[in-house]
Amino acid sequence: MNDKHNQLDWMLAQAKKGRMTRREFVGRTTALGVSTALAGALFSKAAMAEEPKKGGTLKLGISGGGSTDTLDPALSASPAPYSILRTWGEALVDVSETGAVEMRIAEEVSSNADATEWKFKIRSGMEYHGGGTVTADDVIATLKRHTDEKAQSGALGIVQGISEMSAEGDMVTLKLASANADLPFLIADYHLVIQPGGGVDNPAAGNGTGPYKVVSNEAGVITTFEKHANYWDSSRGHADAVEILIINDATARSAALQAGQVHMIDRLDPKIVALLAGDTNIAVERAAGPGHYVFIMHCDKAPFDNNDLRMALKMSINRGELVEKILGGFGSPGNDFPINAAYPLFDDSIPQREYDAAAAAEFYKKSGHDGSPILLQVAPGAFPGAVDAANLFAASANAAGVPLQIKLEPDDGYWSDVWNVAPFCASYWGGRPVQDQMYTTAYLSTAEWNDTRFKNAKFDELLVAARGELDGAKRKGVYTEMANILRDEGGLICPMFNDWVEGRRAEVGGWVANPQGTMMNGFALSKCWLNA
Amino acid sequence: MHPVLKLVTQRLALGLLLLLAVSVVIFLGVEALPGDTAQAILGQSATPQALANLREQMGLNEPPLTRYFSWLGGILTGDLGTALTNGADIAQSIKQRLGNTLFLAGCAAVISVPLAIVLGLIAARYAGRWPDKLISGVTLTTISLPEFVAAYFVIFLLTQLIPIFQPVAMVLPGMGFWAKLNAVALPVIVLVMVVLAHMMRMTRAAILNVMQSAYIETAELKGLSPMTVIWRHAFPNAIAPVVSVVMLNLAYLVVGVVVVEVVFSYNALGQYLVDHVTKRDLPVVQAVGLIFAAVYIFLNMLADIIGILANPRLRHPK
Repeated sequence: MNDKHNQLDWMLAQAKKGRMTRREFVGRTTALGVSTALAGALFSKAAMAEEPKKGGTLKLGISGGGSTDTLDPALSASPAPYSILRTWGEALVDVSETGAVEMRIAEEVSSNADATEWKFKIRSGMEYHGGGTVTADDVIATLKRHTDEKAQSGALGIVQGISEMSAEGDMVTLKLASANADLPFLIADYHLVIQPGGGVDNPAAGNGTGPYKVVSNEAGVITTFEKHANYWDSSRGHADAVEILIINDATARSAALQAGQVHMIDRLDPKIVALLAGDTNIAVERAAGPGHYVFIMHCDKAPFDNNDLRMALKMSINRGELVEKILGGFGSPGNDFPINAAYPLFDDSIPQREYDAAAAAEFYKKSGHDGSPILLQVAPGAFPGAVDAANLFAASANAAGVPLQIKLEPDDGYWSDVWNVAPFCASYWGGRPVQDQMYTTAYLSTAEWNDTRFKNAKFDELLVAARGELDGAKRKGVYTEMANILRDEGGLICPMFNDWVEGRRAEVGGWVANPQGTMMNGFALSKCWLNA
Repeated sequence: MHPVLKLVTQRLALGLLLLLAVSVVIFLGVEALPGDTAQAILGQSATPQALANLREQMGLNEPPLTRYFSWLGGILTGDLGTALTNGADIAQSIKQRLGNTLFLAGCAAVISVPLAIVLGLIAARYAGRWPDKLISGVTLTTISLPEFVAAYFVIFLLTQLIPIFQPVAMVLPGMGFWAKLNAVALPVIVLVMVVLAHMMRMTRAAILNVMQSAYIETAELKGLSPMTVIWRHAFPNAIAPVVSVVMLNLAYLVVGVVVVEVVFSYNALGQYLVDHVTKRDLPVVQAVGLIFAAVYIFLNMLADIIGILANPRLRHPK
């Protein structure tokens, strides 16, 4: 017993020093007979117990940036502008690593009984970098700007459902066109950072209430920040200054981390994780996020209008093999609906679909397909490893007698000419904070991005019903029913969910992986510190 | 008018005409790309409504001819407009990026051109013997490596094994000259590796060609040392072909190094261009394309003129 205690103490000490990842810690402590839940809690406590160090310059090397980027929150769409935005701006609320709503600019959120009217109480004394404090009117102006279609906001679909906004003192009231119990999760969307006057005059000014203010910004190269002196929350913003360097090349990014030119990087190539294991200066962090790689069929176009053929294809993909070979094991198999454990109210009792050549052959025979090649259009940029994944898919399908063939497309123009146009192609989704939003974005009959042309009246009805259902258990039941409909009738082949795989140097303290988004849901620079 | 002056004027006028033709080709090429700017910007998130709004806002509904001439008029008045994607002033962005491009190309040229010529002279002096074979072997090996492989190799060697340089080579305003030099060290090493062989081989070949001449034999019979013969008598007559290859490589260093820029996250013109091509940012693509074309035309013109001045027969036509 004593021996076990010693080991546990040792591991806690390692975790405090950031030398052990959560996964490693949980794996090793459960081997000692500690329950998984307790191990997770112990790890979080150990990671938090470390006293934040103040000062220094924390540097992040990130992918997905270009000289075409802007600081306008509405237009932010890839990892680099996302992390930049998260560092200078703040939204009404955040979603924490445990999936709970966390108060930021709003200090209180409440709704009426049927979730059609929501009240947000604005925290007082929240200072903008450029002077002045946040008012309820700023919040309304910000939300209004995102509803204006000319702003081309990525959050348009979220704010569209708000039918009426009003401000009274420090209280913002939002009335919804139809009930939505998830509104706080939607309002946490990263585009919706509050700007003075709603940012209408100059949306790209980079003036917000975040822990760091923008000092210089060269799009696609580097953004430098310094501490916002009057920031309200002492649990964020430990470094004196932070920098975000755009390093799009994966090899250069990991080299920069190893050389100590940056302290953390995103999108670590799974292939090199094993090679980094021996480097004591580097820790690899992973979080099972909602992002997934997909092959999508249009349910209204031949031959994919035949559900037996769709099932034949779903049965003839080897998910385990794809997770192993395409994701290097950093992911989990998908189950042909776009939801996994990263979502609240996920039902893990739905059976996992496996590769079954005999069942695939049977479905294929039943579909009465004429045996002509079934074309899958794919480009290298559809998702990392897309072409290899398609080849593996074709090989396992052909082995089952399904004549799947690959048509290689160029990356250039793929999102305009192939995706959402061709009847069968490869794509990816980054996921959404809640199930309702994911389904509403892509699987509702009327959704603009319904890229599988899935139209099912029963499914639509359930989706709307779930929104007004405030009883969690009942809601979960509805989502299970929807997942099963999509899994057995939809045009989505979802073979895998990809983990966030990120790297940090050992001297970075305070890292707590967050499945909601890459780089601790974008707040790595705000929440971490440098142990010199 | 002096014949040389006349020749230079002719070349200049021809160059400008060529530039105009290039501008048409660039415009047509961009037009032929699949998808348009609005679609490229919105990407996977394009809804028909957002697309229509964006097209209207960007003036993409105007006919191509109108867009071409309004752009050309802007160029002539020094106004390159603003980027469609993020509203940044194009002239301003290009100015800084072009400075970085020229800095990198300049550093690489200052090392590679003299080095290539000296190595070429040595190789010619010892043609067929071990110094020649060694120089040719090494430079042909470095040119045969794809740039990104050479870049990864250099990163591994000089930032991981012997950590003396930094893998990210960004050059930022406010950096001193030495800090900048330190930052670009790795890309410069890679570029020197890539361009060395071409110039070296041409120098060697041109000199060996001249060495066949009767007057070289005379010089040798005079009792001059082999190096003096090469430097004083052979090299001046080999300048024209060497200069044209040097210019070709200089042009490459300015316009063709986007792969090296990406690997080292170097903020220069090539990466800027590629970013905007993927987003179909027409005004930027055209402006940068035109600058690259101008660099090519100017350097080739320079090679021509130097070639003429180096050749007495062309310098003093009868």
